[in-house]
Amino acid sequence: MADKRTYEIVFIVDPGADDAEVMKLSEAVQKIITDQGGTITKIDMWGRRQLAYEINHQKEGSYVLLEVEGSGAEIAELERRMRVNDRILRYMTIRVDLDRRRAQKFKDRRARKAAQRPLKGKAKEAAAEIEAEIAE
Amino acid sequence: MSSNYEERDSGFGFEREYERAGGMGGRGGSRRMQRRKICRFCIEKVDLIDFKDVRLLQSYVPERGKILPRRISGMCASHQRLLAEAIKRARNIALLPYAAD
Repeated sequence: MADKRTYEIVFIVDPGADDAEVMKLSEAVQKIITDQGGTITKIDMWGRRQLAYEINHQKEGSYVLLEVEGSGAEIAELERRMRVNDRILRYMTIRVDLDRRRAQKFKDRRARKAAQRPLKGKAKEAAAEIEAEIAE
Repeated sequence: MSSNYEERDSGFGFEREYERAGGMGGRGGSRRMQRRKICRFCIEKVDLIDFKDVRLLQSYVPERGKILPRRISGMCASHQRLLAEAIKRARNIALLPYAAD
């Protein structure tokens, strides 16, 4: 459990809140995380956005996205706090490091295979010419 | 305060095919023309499908709000799994509807 985990947190703030309040909320969230020993690697405010369906009779909300590195303990604390905060309509935390590592693995494998693939067409002819020249 | 993930109103053109495929029943005889199916994500070498990419996901969610089945879109199994997961995540935070209408 010593390894760092990366999480993506998205939460939706009540549309009644103005920009300053959203700012304040996200700062509070960041404070909870840093207090618990996590680090914030990205903050992205999407601003106000139409919801695809009503949540608590609201049709829109302000989205905030955070990317957090930590052990996982700070997520538990944060989710507890968000659950009781009625300004937050919804939140979702997703662990992204495993998915990213998996994607990277595929990418690396593809790169390796591309390097191994025998040359085709013009490239092959060119390689043959060079080899012939060397042989002469 | 920027919103990178704009909505797109029209899909990828899958929607029409979807409806046609359903409506073709009834008439027996000649079988429906089979078009060669290719996975768009395999060609583009996509390894990760992000739930935040609403524009992309929307093209795989027809009007009704359901996930477009593989037999229509021609996606490969692994990419369909990634896509389904991303769509479900997007639904959870109200980026996509669970059911339309």
